[in-house]
Amino acid sequence: MEKNSLLIDDEKLLKENGFNDHFHEHHHDEDPYQSNFFSKYVFSMDHKMIAKQFLITGMFWAVIGAAMSVIFRMQLGFPEESMTWIKPLLGKWIVVDSAGVGHLATEFYYALVTMHGTIIVFFVLTAGLSGTFSNLLIPLQIGARDMASPLLNMLSYWFFFLAGVIMFLSLFASTGPASGGWVAYPPLSVLPQASSGSGVGMTLWLVSLTFFVVSVLLGGINYITTVLNLRTKGMSMWRMPLTVWSFFITAIIGLLSFPVLVSGFLLLMADRSLGTSFYLSEIFINGQALDNVGGSPILYQHLFWFLGHPEVYIIILPAMGISSEVLSTHSRKPIFGYKAMVISIASIAFLSFLVWAHHMFMSGMNPFISNFFVIFTLIIAVPSAVKVFNWISTLYGGSIRLNTAMLYAIGFVSMFISGGLTGIYLGNSAIDIQMHDTYFVVAHFHIVMGVAAFFGMFAGIYHWFPKMYGRFMNETLGKLHFWGTMIGAYLIFWPMHYLGLAGVPRRYYSFDVFDTFSQFQSLNAFITVVAICTFFLQIVFIANFFHSIFFGKKVTSKNPWKSNTLEWTTPIMPGHGNWPGNIPTVHRWPYDYSKDGFDYIPQIQPPLEGETTESH
Amino acid sequence: MATVHKDRIDYRNKIHPHKLALWVALGSILMMFVALTSAYVVKRAAGNWLDFDLPKIFYYNTFVILLSSVFLQMSYKGFLKGKEYVYKYMLVAAFIMGLAFVVLQYKGWLALHSIGIELSGNPSGSFIYVISGFHALHVLGGIVALILALVFAFKLPYKPTYRRKNRFELVLHYWHFIGFLWVYLLLFLFTQ
Repeated sequence: MEKNSLLIDDEKLLKENGFNDHFHEHHHDEDPYQSNFFSKYVFSMDHKMIAKQFLITGMFWAVIGAAMSVIFRMQLGFPEESMTWIKPLLGKWIVVDSAGVGHLATEFYYALVTMHGTIIVFFVLTAGLSGTFSNLLIPLQIGARDMASPLLNMLSYWFFFLAGVIMFLSLFASTGPASGGWVAYPPLSVLPQASSGSGVGMTLWLVSLTFFVVSVLLGGINYITTVLNLRTKGMSMWRMPLTVWSFFITAIIGLLSFPVLVSGFLLLMADRSLGTSFYLSEIFINGQALDNVGGSPILYQHLFWFLGHPEVYIIILPAMGISSEVLSTHSRKPIFGYKAMVISIASIAFLSFLVWAHHMFMSGMNPFISNFFVIFTLIIAVPSAVKVFNWISTLYGGSIRLNTAMLYAIGFVSMFISGGLTGIYLGNSAIDIQMHDTYFVVAHFHIVMGVAAFFGMFAGIYHWFPKMYGRFMNETLGKLHFWGTMIGAYLIFWPMHYLGLAGVPRRYYSFDVFDTFSQFQSLNAFITVVAICTFFLQIVFIANFFHSIFFGKKVTSKNPWKSNTLEWTTPIMPGHGNWPGNIPTVHRWPYDYSKDGFDYIPQIQPPLEGETTESH
Repeated sequence: MATVHKDRIDYRNKIHPHKLALWVALGSILMMFVALTSAYVVKRAAGNWLDFDLPKIFYYNTFVILLSSVFLQMSYKGFLKGKEYVYKYMLVAAFIMGLAFVVLQYKGWLALHSIGIELSGNPSGSFIYVISGFHALHVLGGIVALILALVFAFKLPYKPTYRRKNRFELVLHYWHFIGFLWVYLLLFLFTQ
């Protein structure tokens, strides 16, 4: 492996072999992107800064969303305990009885569950994950100066920010935030008289998510255009790293599915404000008959889940791409089955549009139609299994560096397997009769798309932190964070399978009137204790992250992980335009690790003597 | 500058990134309407559906928006061939036809109202209002783009540069798209 010294130096290659796009000629003195504090840090149009904005905003929301889960877990784990101590924070949502014992208001419990789902799914795992890494890595890894439209890219972040502000304000509405579940099914979400959260809280929720969709669409348009149009010389589609492939396909799914959600919301808003009856029919509420006739609440479910199912792939595909890259780099082996990986991502994306009704097996939908959705749902297991097989084969026989990024990537694979297997149960409409709306479902999706996506995100953060801030995160704290979170996550979600198999329903405030479920009280208390510990363990990560930005160990070489992709040919802290001189040209795929006696051969290295570069 | 564009076009930017971005965006706008029309089909199949004939004015109006597209295309041809007069006045004609379309759509809603089809009645009628109303919003967006094009046409000296051609094409493609989107919506409503 000492042969690596025979390779040509990056700087020399960029200078002699790079592509001169005359970029720096028309950015002479003042750089319009970062000339002052506001244009550099706030209204930045530089993709790397926008990525950091997405990441830190996502982290803020992750803390809020997770803290909410801690509060409702306390209710589930310790329903008898007084929660008066948290009254200064939650105010009237803690109802104190005559004995001085404070309980979480039931409406607020639902609001917490709703907001937890909304925040984590949309704000953290969509914007925080794909927003961060698509922005950071697409231009850097395909050899572009920036996104196709830096302005739209900036707007994408600020629409997300605006959506966040509105959602945050809704938390303080006197009638409470939206509380009809993150899916916002009508008629509950339409009728303010049905629940206090369906009033102004629901209105703000709809407005916020509409802005959020605008943000996703602006981002997605940019990602797709950049990938198709701004790849550097030599960077054919089949030479793109799997990260870029996954962001690209994620953006396509987002652009096809989020508009459908907007249409669903449009009809929901019409029902709420214009007196239409798209989703309402023959409803009695508080003893009164509404005059809405002719609508169908199932219609909303179809529109929602036409987004909702692709949405889970919007969340997991970037995590898959990141993990593939991290696994290959840190096991010093080419990714196993590169083309199979790309084809699986594409087929998962395609299938994701044909399975939405598996969320609606019990909605009264025609059971014969269910068969169609069962079959396609089970077929998704095939490309998913291909990917898992490839990840494990990549690890097999590698010279593995067990650093934090790698641990998280392996943890991702573990979570994806554990959570994916239960998906095969839930995809069967017959088994769903027993399992639907139980903790089995909660366990399944938290492991497969919640924890797994978080692990992919953590892998990405630890791996690309040196590129973002020019410093390393602390490895010891990182490993502590990994093992604690890994064990914590399994201890929280594994027992939920048993609750679910026994039929314990999700979204319930308490189980004290159901004798059947009283046997699970100690298990619920256990889950809550672990959830609280795991939540507070994340402080280690947050402290490590912010401390390392300013005081972390400095990166001293351009390519600290000895990686092949183009972002490591930029300066340690790349300025606007990413490469100070020419942009690199690409001569090979990104996974030439341990090839012909070389430890790694970066993508900018021209073919060596007698070498064939397209062997994959 | 011009040479920069040229090199880039030669080897990779066969389509200008802004144009590709527009097309991708049009794809997602299309998805919104596909969702609305699919919702229409699903709701109709679920029963409790009031059948009625669409007012004739919606059909006539189709010619207005298509004519507007034709005018804009002629204006574009004029722009390319250096016929400044055709470029400017066909652009005005396209703009006027665009405005006329929105006004006539409003007339269409009044006609619906006069035959007793209300926004808040049976969903079969509400769908017409929502689908055509949402389409009209997109037309209004196009009208804003046409106003910008008019400003460029009348304020700036005529000069068919690469940048201006590309900018004009963005407006052109969007405007054709919403015209044909209306044709799709109308054919859909007609055949249902």
